[in-house]
Amino acid sequence: MARKISMKQAINEALDLEMRRDPAVIVMGEDIVGGAGSPGEEDAWGGVLGVTKGLHAKYPGRLLDTPLSESAYIGAAIGAAACGMRPVAELMFLDFMGVCFDQILNQAAKFKYMFGGKAKTPVVIRAMVGAGFRAAAQHSQMLTPVFTHVPGLKVVCPSNAYDAKGLLIQAIRDDDPVIFCEHKNLYGHEADVPEEAYAIPFGEAAVVREGKDVTIVSYGLTVHRALEAAERLAKERIEAEVIDLRTLSPIDWDTVLESVETTGRLVVVDEANPRCSIATDVSAHVVQEAFGALKAAPQMVTAPHTPVPFSPVLEDLYIPTADAITAAVSKIAPRAMAA
Amino acid sequence: MSTNPFPLDKADLMKAYRTMRTIREFEERLHVEFAKGDIPGFVHLYAGEEACATGIMMHLTDVDRIASTHRGHGHCIAKGVDVHEMMAEIYGKATGACRGKGGSMHIADLAKGMMGANGILGAGAPLVCGAGLAAKFRGDGGVGITFFGDGASNQGMVLESMNLAAVWNLPVIFVVENNGYAESTSVDYATAVDSYVDRASGFGLPGVTVDGTDFFAVYEAAGEMIRRAREGGGPALLECKMVRFFGHFEGDAQTYKAKGENDYNREHRDCLKIFAARVREAGVVTADEFAAIDREVGALIEDAVASAKAAPLPSARDLTTDVYVAY
Repeated sequence: MARKISMKQAINEALDLEMRRDPAVIVMGEDIVGGAGSPGEEDAWGGVLGVTKGLHAKYPGRLLDTPLSESAYIGAAIGAAACGMRPVAELMFLDFMGVCFDQILNQAAKFKYMFGGKAKTPVVIRAMVGAGFRAAAQHSQMLTPVFTHVPGLKVVCPSNAYDAKGLLIQAIRDDDPVIFCEHKNLYGHEADVPEEAYAIPFGEAAVVREGKDVTIVSYGLTVHRALEAAERLAKERIEAEVIDLRTLSPIDWDTVLESVETTGRLVVVDEANPRCSIATDVSAHVVQEAFGALKAAPQMVTAPHTPVPFSPVLEDLYIPTADAITAAVSKIAPRAMAA
Repeated sequence: MSTNPFPLDKADLMKAYRTMRTIREFEERLHVEFAKGDIPGFVHLYAGEEACATGIMMHLTDVDRIASTHRGHGHCIAKGVDVHEMMAEIYGKATGACRGKGGSMHIADLAKGMMGANGILGAGAPLVCGAGLAAKFRGDGGVGITFFGDGASNQGMVLESMNLAAVWNLPVIFVVENNGYAESTSVDYATAVDSYVDRASGFGLPGVTVDGTDFFAVYEAAGEMIRRAREGGGPALLECKMVRFFGHFEGDAQTYKAKGENDYNREHRDCLKIFAARVREAGVVTADEFAAIDREVGALIEDAVASAKAAPLPSARDLTTDVYVAY
C-alpha cells in the first residue's frame, strides 16, 4: 500500500526494514541516537534532523552514537564491513569528508581491487548534500563529482521519497561501498511510497518527463528545477525530456544517449561546481558517443566556481534555477522551433 | 632433559622461532633481490622487528584480525599468509596474494584475518576498531590488533581510534612499533611524550612498554592484553621498542643513523639471536633443532623466490577487473 510520506520518513523506513531483515545491518554516526548517555536518551534526537528517530527504541544496541571523530567511526564502519557486517554510517554533512576522506578514498574504495578481488566492503555512508539551507560554505556543498571520480565507490543521489527508499535499500544490500547523498532541502518533499521493502537497481536513470525537443539531465534537487523549467518551456511549445540520473556511479549512459539521439539537444543541470563535474562528465560523454545526433552544443547549468555563500540573496543565485535552465534551453532550441 | 622455564611448550617455541626465522630470511633475501633490480616499487623491510609480530600473533587465530603497515611482511607471515603468494605479489605476479594488484604495501588475506598492509600510515587503527566492533556484535571472542610505527602514532586517526575503542569498549590492541625512526625522523624529535603509555592513559587505556627485541616480553604483555580484551575488558596499548636493521625503504642510504648503529643492533639487539640463545641455553631446543628449522626455512624462501620469478604476469584483462563486486 502506497501512501504519501516525506523523503526523511522514507529513509527512516528503509533503515527500519533493512535492520529488521538483516541483523548484520548496524547504524552509526554523530547524534543518530542523540542524547546517548544523557538523561533524555529515551526521547533522543534521532539525528540532527531526526532522520533516524525511533530506530534506537526498535533496535537497541544496533544504533551507535559516535564521538565526534569522523576518521575513526567512518573507518570503523569500513573495517566492520570488511569483517562481514553491513554498517550504515552517517557522516551528517558530506562536507565533513574533509576529515575522514582517507578511509573512503584509500581504504573502502580500494580494498577489492588492491587485494586482488578477495575483499568485500558493503558499507553505506549517508550524508546530507546541497545548498539552500542557509548553512554556508562548509555545510552546503554538492560534492558528488569528487566521489564519482573514485573507482570502487558507488554514488547515489535521489530526488524524491520513492527513489530514496528503494535506492537506500539497494545500497544496504549492495556489496560495494556506497556514498548515499541526501539533499537536505528534499527531506520534507513527499511522494507516494509503498509500505513494503523494494530495491531500485543502481545505474538505471528515470525519465521523469518525456519530450522530443531537448534532453535535460539532472539529479537531486535540481531535477525539480528542471521539471519546473520544462513546464514553462511547454508553454512555448518546447517539449523537454527530463532525466533523473538517480545514481552517478554507476551511471545510466544508455538512457541519456537514447534521449539525445531523439532530441539532438542536451542541457545538463548540476548543483556541483562547474569544473570536473557531473555536468562536464555527461556533456563530454554525449559529445563523444552521440556527436552526430547533436544539433547544438550541449549546455551546462551549474553552481558558479565559488564556495556556497551564506547571505540568502547570494545563495539563491548560487543554486541553478528554473530560469537559468530555461535560458540554457532557449539558447539551443531556437525560437523557430516554437513557431 | 631440563624443565621448560618458558610460557610456551617446545612445539610453540619452535613454531615461534620458525616464524621469526621465516620473516628474517624473507626480508634478507628481498634485500638482495631488490638490489638486483627485479622488484618493482617500494619495499620496506621488517628485519630486526620479528619478535613483535611473532610474540603477538602467537596468541591469535584466524578469527582475530590485524591491520598492518607499509612495513607489513612480518605481520603477514606471522598471521599465516602464504609465503609463496607474498613473494609472488612483491614481484607483481598474477599468482600473488593480491594477483599482482597490491604489491608489498597492500598484501592482505582476509580469510586469515589479515586486513592488509597499508600505505597510509595510521589508517589501520579505525579499520581495526571496525573489526573489534564486528567481533563484539558476533560474540565470537575475536580481537583486533592494529600495528603502527612511532611515526604514525602521531596521526589523528590513531588518536581518534584510541578514544573510540575506549568509548565503545572494543576488543582492540594498539601496538606501537617504536623503531626510533619515522622514515628518517627521530621519535625524540617527532613525538612530544617520552612514553606511549602516557598517551594511552590520556585515552583511558592501560598501556605497557616492552623491549621489542625480547620475544618473551612481547609475548607475555600481549597475552595479558589479548586475554583481557577477549573477556570484554576493552582496549589497551602495547609499545614495543625495537630496532630496524635496514633503512626506511630499500635503497635508503640511512645517513640519519649513527655510525655503526646497524652493526651494533645486529650484534646486540637481534631478537632472533636473543631468543635462540635463551631457549638453547635453557636446554629446551637444541642447536641442531634450530639449525634444521634454518635449513627448512632457507629452502622455503629459495623456492618462493624461484616460483615468484617463474610465475606468470597479470594479463591486460586484469587491469579492469575486481573494481566492484557488481557494477
